[in-house]
Amino acid sequence: MVNIGTRISELKLRNPTILASGILGETSGSMKRVASCGAGAIVTKSIGMKPREGYPNPTAVEIECGILNSMGLPNPGIEEFKKEIDEIDEIDIPVIGSIFGKDEKEFAFLAKKMEEYGLDAIELNLSCPHARGYGLEIGSSPDIVREVVREVKKKVSIPVFPKLSANAGDIVDIGKAAEEGGADGVVAINSLRAMKIDIHLKKPILYNRVGGYSGKGIKPVAVRCVYELSRELDIPVIGVGGVETWEDAVEYILAGACAVQIGAAVYYRGLSVFAEICEGMKRWMEENGFESIEDFRGVALK
Amino acid sequence: MNYPEIVRIKEIVEENPYVKSIFIPFSKTIEPGQFIMVLIPGVDEIPMSVSRIKDGEISFTFKRVGDATGKLFEMEIGDVIGVRGPLGNGFELRGERILFVGGGTGIAPLLPAAEKAKHLGKENIIVIGAKTKDELFFVGEMKKLGKLIISTDDGSEGEKGLAADIAERVIDEEKPDMVVTCGPELMMKRLLDICVERGIDFQASVERYMKCALGLCGQCCIGEGLRVCKEGPVFDKDTLIKCSDFGVFTRDASGRRVYFG
Repeated sequence: MVNIGTRISELKLRNPTILASGILGETSGSMKRVASCGAGAIVTKSIGMKPREGYPNPTAVEIECGILNSMGLPNPGIEEFKKEIDEIDEIDIPVIGSIFGKDEKEFAFLAKKMEEYGLDAIELNLSCPHARGYGLEIGSSPDIVREVVREVKKKVSIPVFPKLSANAGDIVDIGKAAEEGGADGVVAINSLRAMKIDIHLKKPILYNRVGGYSGKGIKPVAVRCVYELSRELDIPVIGVGGVETWEDAVEYILAGACAVQIGAAVYYRGLSVFAEICEGMKRWMEENGFESIEDFRGVALK
Repeated sequence: MNYPEIVRIKEIVEENPYVKSIFIPFSKTIEPGQFIMVLIPGVDEIPMSVSRIKDGEISFTFKRVGDATGKLFEMEIGDVIGVRGPLGNGFELRGERILFVGGGTGIAPLLPAAEKAKHLGKENIIVIGAKTKDELFFVGEMKKLGKLIISTDDGSEGEKGLAADIAERVIDEEKPDMVVTCGPELMMKRLLDICVERGIDFQASVERYMKCALGLCGQCCIGEGLRVCKEGPVFDKDTLIKCSDFGVFTRDASGRRVYFG
């Protein structure tokens, strides 16, 4: 009997599929729906200090091998978001609160709020590629990442997972800084800074011109990042980028990931994607004689 | 590929001083109740229900309310816009006698729906409501499709009163098999309650602030995570009864709850 349960630091997951941030994680209803579709955990939409409307449309389009988006971090703000969290008591899988701030003080404040609301862990958005003054602009400096993680860790006792970018510098340097700051794990990678120019309009198609590219097209980049981070760090790595099938998930786990996040695949495969990945992975484990995720995690590193 | 196709405006019809229809080439199959995302380059991309379906051509009908519709209102034949779709699910016309109830710009998607119903040999009763006479549209077209009852809030045309009140009386008089509605959410909620009480089949086209229209961002979710862009915009009675936010609150661009009434 195979067991696809996994652990990320002290978080126990029934399976390694996690809803990625920014996908259906803004309302209590949508989080409940994803939980009922078989996900192992949920990451909320990234929440900041104040309500933010984000950019005008087009904020997202389908392009070759993936989705290009520039939502601009729309969110109701941390105070209003409590209403959503107050309505998800029935969700029996871990819910990870994603937060973004302009400095370590904002991150620490937001993390504390999420802990008070009863969430199970914190994901630090240090990698959103399309919002001025946030995300990637903070997350490309190892010193700032170390400081943000350290301040957040001082404030909360739940696990803290910075989400890293492959857009700037060496992701391993950023990962090491996060580990030094006390991170309980890292999430890699956020969408890649990208652009689509419409040849009829002769202009970038997104309102914000630059966006983040996610989906199948970024998977090889993300797998390489997960591989390198797993090799160099002692803390768990959560893989994200183009996970659509059980084969993709297995590949990430072989590269060292203890869980994977799923975003764009909700568009390509529908909400049954979580359960489908789990079923396929179980069959593959049976065929290969693996009883647990740990049995094959990181095998490619050896 | 869910990506805007760039097209030129073929025709513009001024339905009344505040409402226009824009015709664009459209070669795919689209059902009444389905919608398209209309890209106004450099301004915004907004959802629009299809209001006329012709061979190789469709129209959408809108009121000037914000930046995007303001810009659309000023556009001319030959101007360039983007369109992606068809998106979402259309109306399912069930039973023999159908009552259509449209309020304000919610009248728009009911025109192709009533047309289809007539084509299917159904008996149509149509209630269209607006604040005042000047804001009515599609009166001539609707007259040809069934028994038409007009209501205005100020009584300047047809019966004086809210469309929901008039529709309630019409439901009791005409005993339709199904009510199909689009318009202000409080009107649709009242009709939902009436149809639940009387055991009448019901469908409504729901409007929410929409962003990605890919079923990903979650901005347009109602109830237990139903995406208006994907599972909607048309929902059945049984689905809407379970949506505790339907007729209670919508959400603004930041996702904050905005209560009706």
